Formats: sequence, structure tokens, C-alpha cells
Amino acid sequence: MLYREAGDFSTTYPEDSQTFPIKFDRYRYYVVLFIAIFVIPFMINDYWVNSIFMPFLIYSIAAIGLNILVGYCGQVSLGTGAFMAVGAYACYKLMTAFPEVSMFIHVLLAGGITAAVGVLFGLPSLRIKGFYLAVATLAAQFFLVWMFNKVSWFYNYSASGQINAPERDTFGILITGPNTEAWATYLFCLFFTILSAVLARNLTRGAMGRQWMAIRDMDIAAEIIGVNPLKAKLTAFAVSSFFVGISGALFFAVYLGAVEVGEVFGITKSFLVLFMIIIGGLGSIFGCFAGAAFLVLLPVVLKVIGADMLGWPTDIVAHLNLVIVGGLIVVFLIAEPHGLAQLWRVAKEKLRLWPFPH
Amino acid sequence: MPEQLLFATEVFLNGLMAGVLYALVALGFVLIYKASGIFNFAQGVMALFAAMTLYGIMNGLVPFAHLINAIFGTEIHYFGWTVPALAAIILTVGVMILFSYLVQRFIFRYLVGQEPIILFMATIGLAYFLEGVGDLMWGSDIKTLEVGLPQGINETIDRVTFEAFGYGFFIDNLDIVASVVAAVLVLVLVLFAQYTKQGRAMRAVADDHQAALSVGVSLNFIWILVWSLAGFVALVAGIMWGAKSGVQFSLSLIALKALPVLMLGGFTSIPGAIVGGLIIGVGEKLFEFLIGQPYLGGATENWFAYMLALIFLLFRPQGLFGEKIIERV
Repeated sequence: MLYREAGDFSTTYPEDSQTFPIKFDRYRYYVVLFIAIFVIPFMINDYWVNSIFMPFLIYSIAAIGLNILVGYCGQVSLGTGAFMAVGAYACYKLMTAFPEVSMFIHVLLAGGITAAVGVLFGLPSLRIKGFYLAVATLAAQFFLVWMFNKVSWFYNYSASGQINAPERDTFGILITGPNTEAWATYLFCLFFTILSAVLARNLTRGAMGRQWMAIRDMDIAAEIIGVNPLKAKLTAFAVSSFFVGISGALFFAVYLGAVEVGEVFGITKSFLVLFMIIIGGLGSIFGCFAGAAFLVLLPVVLKVIGADMLGWPTDIVAHLNLVIVGGLIVVFLIAEPHGLAQLWRVAKEKLRLWPFPH
Repeated sequence: MPEQLLFATEVFLNGLMAGVLYALVALGFVLIYKASGIFNFAQGVMALFAAMTLYGIMNGLVPFAHLINAIFGTEIHYFGWTVPALAAIILTVGVMILFSYLVQRFIFRYLVGQEPIILFMATIGLAYFLEGVGDLMWGSDIKTLEVGLPQGINETIDRVTFEAFGYGFFIDNLDIVASVVAAVLVLVLVLFAQYTKQGRAMRAVADDHQAALSVGVSLNFIWILVWSLAGFVALVAGIMWGAKSGVQFSLSLIALKALPVLMLGGFTSIPGAIVGGLIIGVGEKLFEFLIGQPYLGGATENWFAYMLALIFLLFRPQGLFGEKIIERV
């Protein structure tokens, strides 16, 4: 009733193969975009941006990056936190070295640098598989975090060992530093989120994405039918790290403003992003958003209910959060290994026939 | 002997001791992985949980006291009794067996036949869950575990080496005890696996699930058994590390230390876990002493093991003693 494709005929191939072939879907997508771009910026204040929208947008980018690697190419990585750190530090070095250049360029370049580092740490994936690879990516995690801590060139020899984002703008609007406007930072992050999602969606539909999926489903068989595993795996690492790097740069420069690497980009961050894509759905771009939204909102909701309404101590709420997240991961893996995205797909199938299923 | 060499020898010996502890944690991984193909990331948190439980039972803490107090507004913390260490250990083993049963009954029974990587991610979820439950049950403050293990510098070694070389080696009594316990534990496990009926069944399951099932081995029972054994190993590791540096969150990070040990030794080999543990323990201490501290600014122990394992794996993907990986389409 609500959701139907009757009368929705495609007459050309491009029409048939577009991202949202069903009209209802397409309009919904436009409405979401419209609200995100033209409505939300006028309604938000600092609290909403800092506690919900910005982490949601930035984690979505990281989740898209990791999902390309894990969900599409099947290479499990536990080094997301470190790659985010690479993006953050690359962005910091660029920001301080070229103060007059626009932040857009810096963030994109930071993504590019992270991609290069990602390829370097992706090289072992050609020899090692499965758990061994997952553990090998932990090498990147620990080594990079240690390096950013110890080599003072990376934090410009500052006494605290932290990096602090100086004030930078794009098109004359302040994006980083303490004096930013909520809507400006929101729109800046939103731009990169939309860019990443569109890019990732189209990459995964194209030849490259099909190669990744072939490698994921069975690498030897893929090799036999002519997929170059070297190229497929390394491009997956590069593209994935590019997005993760962008998210790291935004996380540091726009969201936090000051970063101590071991605390912010430690292994818990890697797990957090991994959880997002498990709960959201492996191999689905929508799932990245769903998972990021879920794991960003959960602690906020728990805090509001537990600490503010019931008056429990915050440490108990934090522990409950752990229990719930861990439990949910297990429940999702048992009941719905494809995550929230699959639930959404099932709901859509049901809605097509609703309210007359027969 | 020149002074530098003496220092290096001391570092080497301490590395060996640390390696034994790594091997102890790695052993828990190998047990579960061999029998069920599950790479149990929660092993470190199990050690933490076991140590916390032991502490809680010994000191008569009320489980979930904080939560109960927060919900009902009461003020209870202690039962008001203390339990002797040995009885508490036995009770904790009971708790770990119960935990194994629950894990098997409510999680892995539903995940039989899933891809290994899904199982792996499930254990990460389990690790988070268990960590949260442990903190809710016993509180997240740092606890000092007193089970009567000797601590501090070993006087005899100090004296003997001082007389021999003019420099007394610093070796912690606790490390010596830990090594002995680990060695005994490994021996017992090997004997158990080789010479008992259950041990044979365990090896059969490790070899081939279906074949074992068809000759009448209960998979369910064996899986609960290996999880209990892993829980027991975790308890021992938890006691050792807990006595060394207090029972706190960082205890669960020893799992991360054990991973490179496993990669080096191979996931499927008990001797591999031990040799790998020793190599990593000695390697990281010597590297830190010879290269890390003087040239790289220290704290290289965090990543050295991983880098070593990574480079090693490039040449031998199945680890030192692992079974050859055969791939079929």
C-alpha cells in the first residue's frame, strides 16, 4: 500500500540499474537529503551537533571504510583506530604546514596519505588470511599508535604530546578551532559523509566491487576466474583506508579539536567501528549508517535514562552499556548475521504487500 | 663477564619468565581453537573475570552490590565473611564451569557451522559482555589479590650470582612460581589429552567433528569441557597476573599479548604456544633493552611481538608448529 513499485517501469538500462530503482525509495532518499542539508542545520545547537550528529556522521564514514574491507572484501581488520590516527595526524601536519589552504583539500589529502599507509599494511593480506590477518592488522594498530606517541615530529614537538587543531576555514567559514558555528561543522562533515556514501555505493556496484566480493566469497575460485587478488585486495585496503583516514581527520580536526593518540585512537575505537558494521550489516552501505546511529545513540540514551532519570552512578551506566553492546553483538550474529540492514530489507519486502499480504 | 652481557642475561631470564606467562594465556586459546575452531578473543577477559570472582569470593563481596544499591537504594557491600584461598579457588572453578556451560548453551550452540570469522566476532562480543558483567558484579576498582604466593626478589639467586659474577640478578619469586605452575599445567594438560578417555575424545573432536560424532562422542560435552579447561587456565593466568600487577582492566589486555604468541607458534599446537611464548617474551625484552630503550624512546614492548609475528608469518603463514594450511575450492 505505502510502498509499491506498481507502475514503476524502467525503459532504459541506466534507469534500471540506478541506485534506487523504486520510485518510492528514490523520493525517500531525496527527502532525507533535503532534511539533512536544508532543515537540520537551522535547527541544531552545539549540544546536538557534538553529542549526536557529528559523531554519527564521522563514524558513518569510518564504518563505510571498514565495511568495504570487511563486508565487501572479506579481510577482517582490527586496525581501524590506527588508520583514523594516521588521518588525524596527516591532517594536523598539513594544517600546520599550509595554513592558507582550504580544509577540504587537507581532509582529502589526509585520506590519500592514509590510503598509502593502508596499502603498506595491506601487503601481508596477500600471504595471510582469516584470523592471522586480523591479528596482523593489530600490528598496525599498536605500532602506529606507538609511533605517534614517540616520534615528536608528528605532534610538532609540543610539550604535552597532544595535537591541537588550529583555527582553519574553508570559503571564509571557520571549520576548526574553538570558535566554530554548529551548522558549519555539521555541514562540513555532512558533505564528506554524503561524498563517501555515494562513492562507496558506486564503487561496490562496479567492476571493482564485484572483484572484492569475488575475493570475499572464495579467493581461490576468484583467482581462477581471472580476478587479480593482488589488485583487488590492495584496492580494497586503499579505498577503505581512504575513508577511514577522512573520518580520522574529521574526528580530530572538527569534532574533538585536541587528541591524545593512545586514548582516542586505541584498540577500543577499532572494535567500536567493527561493532557498528556487524550490528548495521556487513556488506551494506545503509548498514553503516544504521550501525553508526545505533552505537552513537545507545550510550546517549542509556545515559539519559540511567543517569539522568533513574539517578544511577555513571560507572554503572557505562558497564551496562558494555553488557548491552556485547550482548547485542552476539544476538545479532546468532539471529541476524546481516544486521540492521537485513531487518530493513525484510521490512521493505513486507511493506510492499502491506496491508494485503496475499 | 662484561657488565653489558650480564644485564642482557638478566633481561633474557626475565624475558623467559614473562614468556611463560604469555604461553599460559596462549594455551587457553589453543585448547578452544583445537576442539571447536573458535578463536576465543574473550580469553583475556575470562582471566580478568576469574581473578575478580576469586577476589570477590575470598573477601565475601556481594555480587552486583553496586547495581542492587543503585536500584533499591540499599547499602550492602559485604557478606561479612572471608573464604580461605583454596576453597575460593575451587568455588571459582565452579563458576567458570557454569560460565562455560552458559556460553555453550546460549551462544555457540546456535553458531555451529558458521564461518570462523563470525565465531571470532561473537567472542569479541562475548568479551565486552563479560567485561561489563564482571564490572557490575564486583566493581571496577583495582583489587589486590592475596593468595599467599611469594613475591619480591629471590634472595638465593641474587646471592649466588653476586658471588659468581659480582652482580646480583634480579628475578622475582612470583615469576619463578608462575613458571613452575605453567610448566606443571602444561604437563597435566598434555597427559590429560593423551591418556584419559575424555582427552582422547577431545582430540578426536579436534581432528574431525563429524567423525567424532559418529563414533559416539558428545560434541556438546566436549565443548563444555574445553571451555571449562580454558576457564581454568584463565583462572591460573588471572591469579599470576593479578598477584603481579593487581586485578584491573589491563589484565584483560594479556589476551592481546597472547595473540602474536599464537601466530608465531601456530593456532593448533600446544608446544607451539609454549615455544612461541618464550620467543616473544625473550625477544621483546631483549629488543627493548638493546634497541628500544637506547634508540627508539622505549615502550616498544607494545608492538614488537606483533611485528615479529607479522614478519615471521610472511615466510611461514601457518606459524612454527601449525598444521599446514591446505586450501580447496
